[in-house]
Amino acid sequence: MGSPDVMNGSSPLSRRFTVTEAARTLFLKVGVLPFFLVGALIIFSLVSGNFLSVQNLTNVARQSVYLILVSLGQMIVLITGGFDLAVGTAIALTSVVSALAMVALAAAMPEYVWLAIILGCLAGLGAALAIGCLNGIGVAQFGVSPFIMTLGVQSVGAGTALFLTGGVPVSRLPYAFGNVFGFGRVFGMPVPVIIAVVAIIAIWLVMNRTRLGAHIYAVGGNTKAAHLSGVNTKRVLFLAYVICALLASLAGLLLTARVESGETNLGGSVALESIAACVIAGVSLRGGIGRVESVVLGAFFIVLVQNGMNIAQIGSYLQMVLLGSLLILAVIFDQFRYRMLVGRA
Amino acid sequence: MSEAPLVEMTGITKEFPGVKALSNVDFRLERGEVHVLFGENGAGKSTLISILSGVYRPTSGTVRIEGKDVEFRSVQEARDSGIGTVFQEFSLVPTLSVFENVHLGKEPRRGLLVDRRAMARSTETLFRDLGFDIDIRTPVARLSRAQQQMVEIAKALQARARVLILDEPTASLTEKETEKLFSFIRHARDSGVGIIYISHRIQEFAEIADQISVLRDGRMIGTVAAKEVSEKTLVELMTGRAIDKVYPQIRRQPDGETLLSLEGIHAGGVNGVDIDVRAGEVLGVAGLVGSGKSRVWRSVLGLQPLKAGSVTMRGRDVTGQPTRRLLRSGIFYLPPDRKSEGLLLAASARDNIRLSLLERRDLAGLLGMPSPARSRAEADAIGARVDLAPSALPRAVATLSGGNQQKVLFGKGFGEERLVYIFDEPTVGVDMGTRSQLYLLIRDLAEAGKAVVVISSDLPEVMNLSHRLLVFSGGRISAELAGADISEGTVLRHFFNETRIPA
Repeated sequence: MGSPDVMNGSSPLSRRFTVTEAARTLFLKVGVLPFFLVGALIIFSLVSGNFLSVQNLTNVARQSVYLILVSLGQMIVLITGGFDLAVGTAIALTSVVSALAMVALAAAMPEYVWLAIILGCLAGLGAALAIGCLNGIGVAQFGVSPFIMTLGVQSVGAGTALFLTGGVPVSRLPYAFGNVFGFGRVFGMPVPVIIAVVAIIAIWLVMNRTRLGAHIYAVGGNTKAAHLSGVNTKRVLFLAYVICALLASLAGLLLTARVESGETNLGGSVALESIAACVIAGVSLRGGIGRVESVVLGAFFIVLVQNGMNIAQIGSYLQMVLLGSLLILAVIFDQFRYRMLVGRA
Repeated sequence: MSEAPLVEMTGITKEFPGVKALSNVDFRLERGEVHVLFGENGAGKSTLISILSGVYRPTSGTVRIEGKDVEFRSVQEARDSGIGTVFQEFSLVPTLSVFENVHLGKEPRRGLLVDRRAMARSTETLFRDLGFDIDIRTPVARLSRAQQQMVEIAKALQARARVLILDEPTASLTEKETEKLFSFIRHARDSGVGIIYISHRIQEFAEIADQISVLRDGRMIGTVAAKEVSEKTLVELMTGRAIDKVYPQIRRQPDGETLLSLEGIHAGGVNGVDIDVRAGEVLGVAGLVGSGKSRVWRSVLGLQPLKAGSVTMRGRDVTGQPTRRLLRSGIFYLPPDRKSEGLLLAASARDNIRLSLLERRDLAGLLGMPSPARSRAEADAIGARVDLAPSALPRAVATLSGGNQQKVLFGKGFGEERLVYIFDEPTVGVDMGTRSQLYLLIRDLAEAGKAVVVISSDLPEVMNLSHRLLVFSGGRISAELAGADISEGTVLRHFFNETRIPA
């Protein structure tokens, strides 16, 4: 540092060195998300000046509530070393069941609209609970691979939802439901955002400050070791799928309120999107690794990219192509990261 | 006198599908004693302690703790009764930090939430008391094996164990760390803890053991006081025969041609290794877990990335060739873990052997496809050569005993003529009778002029079979011994030496 000519000679080089070094450390620590996020922000703000406006970003934040909720559940399951392809079905079934129940109850007792809404929501949550229990029992008790189990349940749930409605959307929900949970605001904050914030805090506490959370990480990190340490691994796996389904169900209720009808096609692509959000946010597909705050950002990133592509007028078919590619790319980077991590140890 | 023993196991029998791991074993442990369990790999030591620590439930027999009948349905239940186990395969989660691991399964709580501060504080105190110098916040994946061992011990102690089970605790420790562990064990013993200590290292027993129980082939051979027994007697108790009956004399072909030659091999965990493998000779390779003794060969064979170095086979450069080409050019590799890398568990023994015959032209029938009848006859002939009972051939490999599984694995090496045979842990979990049969196969290969490499963690095995013995330490060869220089003391000394000392 002392002699000036040495500094002049080496400073550009050493600065470049420290930048790549810092990027490397960041990549090892957080994964690919920061790089993707910066890339997306640069590209889309070049495409449109509107992209970085406060209004657009608030909009993205509000739209990403649903994916954030589902991704949090997906994260929990991924950390145990599995995954859940049935999150979309949990949303669809929640939507249909809660809507049917609400319409029927509101017709039966028009003077107690809020009771009908609450019972309807509970019915929707109950339906998703059944999905989660099914997944949990299959994976934890019978040892079915998560891929097959949730793929099967996904079909079971989707079929049930279509069967219940005959494929027709359930309309004429109580006005108050959509008005509060879809479009309502409290202290200027949209209700879905408030609910998402509460859910994020709750899940953060569960994962970082409770026994269940510690055990979820342990089961994913090394199931056998967790078992030998006296962790009830079956119970942990079961609960992971149940929590995942319930979080998806919560997203389903909010979406139903937003579109003001019970729809079987809600959440069609959410399984892919939520897994992508998690992987990009550094959740390891090998289990054991993943952070709540990163996953929230990961889900936000996915919605941001979709929003950017809409602004850039990229068609929805092409968007599917890009989203799938992004997921694969993130997994490839995850492999590199894993190798770098292991290589250093 | 009248007080019931701390642990009393009577008539313990444990059967797994196809194997009787323990038959009618009695075992008792008193307060304040260090009781060594001694026996071969596969003799049943691990099964016995797994029953005591709640991993397995016995097929029959009773377990009493301080005179009370207990039946552990889980590790947690055993832990609650004061049984702390340090497993050989660590029960640590690599992605979690040290203090999270120490408390895993028993996290202290304040209300609904886990009290992380209390976890960290008590772990810190515990480590200070034990004299372990490890940052409690690092993830376990970053620690060395010895450090992981310490965490594992701390974890067992955190649960306030009255019985402490240590399964091969010194297998990956240096002498200094071992000394620390011993002084700690004595300390625990003096405070009334009963300690069950499993080890292969006879020379440790004099220093630490009060009682020694010997297991062989799932049976309890006897319990002796440590002070009254010699090493020789112990080995004979363990093997059931005199040592020279187990290991065959292998004639060495003088000045064998160098068939495989490694130069400057660098790979993950391997830092520069040169080896010549010669025809008609058994080359032994010894070292601790993680010393690189197995990874050299795996990197040469393309099973893990080879970073630098060259590999020559009979003068031809074969560096970096894909595994299947190397195998086809005349190398046989017997993987250390038969269940995950060696065998198709659901297929029959015969079909497993037949897999190695697919390339044999002389067994081809119509259209050059393998003829079922001919390859079956050949597989059966190989089965007979490796001493597999004909009744075992049609059975699924998963239902065979460890010894028979290993014979099938050996059989896969006899399908085609090879030049170099690399046996990585050839007798893991195999009973004594089968082992001497497998050693005869190794002898036959070497005496027929093949080059044989035996990589083994079983010191007597690798010492008695080898003509030349390489000792690995820290990814390098720390010694090359031959003939009379091959002795247990010399080998162990070089386990911890990172620099090569000409011997």
